[in-house]
Amino acid sequence: MIHLVNLGYLAAAVLFILGIKGLTTPKTAVRGNKMSAAGMLLAVVIALLDKNVVTYEYIILGLAIGAIIGAIVAKKIAMTDMPELVATLNGIGGGASLAVAAANYLEMQVSPGFTVTYDWSVALILSILIGAVTLTGSLIAVGKLKGKIGDAAQVGLYKAIVKLCFLVLIAGAIYFVTSDTPLDSNALILGLIVVCLILGVSLVMPIGGADMPVVVALLNSYSGLAGAATGFVLGNNGLIITGSLVGASGIILTSIMCKAMNRSLTNVLFGGSMAAQAGISRDENDAFYEGKVKFSSADELAMLLDGAQKVVFVPGYGLAVAQAQHATRELANMLEEKGAEVKYAIHPVAGRMPGHMNVLLAEAEVPYDQLVEMDTINPEFSQTDVAIVLGANDVVNPSAAEDPNSPIFGMPILEVHNARTVVVVKRGLSPGFAGIPNELFIRDNSLMVAGDAKKVLQETIAALKDL
Amino acid sequence: MEMFIMSLSIFVLAVFVGVEIINKVPPTLHTPLMSGTNAISGIVVVGAIISSGGSDHTTVLSTILGVIAVSLATINIVAGFMVTDRMLSMFKKK
Repeated sequence: MIHLVNLGYLAAAVLFILGIKGLTTPKTAVRGNKMSAAGMLLAVVIALLDKNVVTYEYIILGLAIGAIIGAIVAKKIAMTDMPELVATLNGIGGGASLAVAAANYLEMQVSPGFTVTYDWSVALILSILIGAVTLTGSLIAVGKLKGKIGDAAQVGLYKAIVKLCFLVLIAGAIYFVTSDTPLDSNALILGLIVVCLILGVSLVMPIGGADMPVVVALLNSYSGLAGAATGFVLGNNGLIITGSLVGASGIILTSIMCKAMNRSLTNVLFGGSMAAQAGISRDENDAFYEGKVKFSSADELAMLLDGAQKVVFVPGYGLAVAQAQHATRELANMLEEKGAEVKYAIHPVAGRMPGHMNVLLAEAEVPYDQLVEMDTINPEFSQTDVAIVLGANDVVNPSAAEDPNSPIFGMPILEVHNARTVVVVKRGLSPGFAGIPNELFIRDNSLMVAGDAKKVLQETIAALKDL
Repeated sequence: MEMFIMSLSIFVLAVFVGVEIINKVPPTLHTPLMSGTNAISGIVVVGAIISSGGSDHTTVLSTILGVIAVSLATINIVAGFMVTDRMLSMFKKK
């Protein structure tokens, strides 16, 4: 029977792997997701058949509560709020691992035949550590994403708390190793949970709000590792395989985001917020642009687009803030009807989390084959007639490629400045997250249309109709 | 200890499998990948079910924790898979 159970978990894990494999192309992705869901159903059924499960009412209660809340959230959530949802789910995953580990610890105390071993204890401690840090860290990340928790002023204080937590953990570890009995004290476990919960808060608090995409990806990884640690506690290979898949996924996304921001993970985690490091005053910013920016209008943009053969849209998060995705798509449709080639250039940090901008544009019914990633689109800019930058700033700053003294030098950018004409649609000349002025805006081939992206696009569409 | 080494081997090999396939996921689908892995990490529901299923070696507190864990993991599973499906069905080719 036990072999059959383990084979069942193995089958579930295989279904998860095939499910993720389905995500390698948009065409197979929906089916892949369903395969993963089937794997989960299989795992739940096997768990219900476990010989240790004798009463079902509590399980059904838990499943019902979770299913109702989950379904409502999944139906109601706006696509712009995906980073908050994923961050919340990371935290919930961590919390679930924490609760399972704690419950397992309590059961161990009343199981007569159970001998506590060191590897079981280590797995339990890791499960609690990662689960608790993920839980509170994610909650802080959600607050920061929502803008409810600002960038902390007392960065030093939180760093001191982090150090203190680590000291306590190390002291606890030494006590644990040197004491005769491997982990049987309630006070020790309770203390561990409290310290780890505080650690989660203090680790995320000093990180700037603009760096949250990296933090969310990292916590995504932790939530998987917490699950894997729970697998070690329970001796369940299905959990270990699945947890490590999620752990690997989060780590890869974290490193992609760090590369796209040209920062190391340590710099993101311990370097404080980016705007606090660089940043120029308002006067300096105004002086930089003074008289050098060529302002244009929606009518002129329409005339420019009328003759264009190839147009590339460069969306930034400002586009989503202005809710201009549908207007963009409408304009793109018109241009295509006129025979122009239209593409969208997507920088890895264009949205608020990895791949976020793609989802927002897909929601506006932009076909996914028009969404082109940075490395593919960059060589094409030199053959582009008009590049339209919508609510993006730092990711199109040529200084990152050309000026070694720039604080963002080395950051990979979309090379829109190589296009014949660059039209920047922006509300004002305020700096982006990096806090530096953008040389692109004063280049000879740049035009600026000041205003809200949605309004400007609608005016352009109207002007194009009149032509 | 033998059991532990066995589990550790599985863990390390699974990480490599994970890195291999996830590197092939295009950036376009990174958000659904994250919400999808959220759902998959709900697999701890397995441990939670066994903890809240009762039998002679559970306590009141462990049962309560078990129910909390089942609820939390189920939120992850249901919300994760449903929202991923919602996103993926928006991706259309021309």
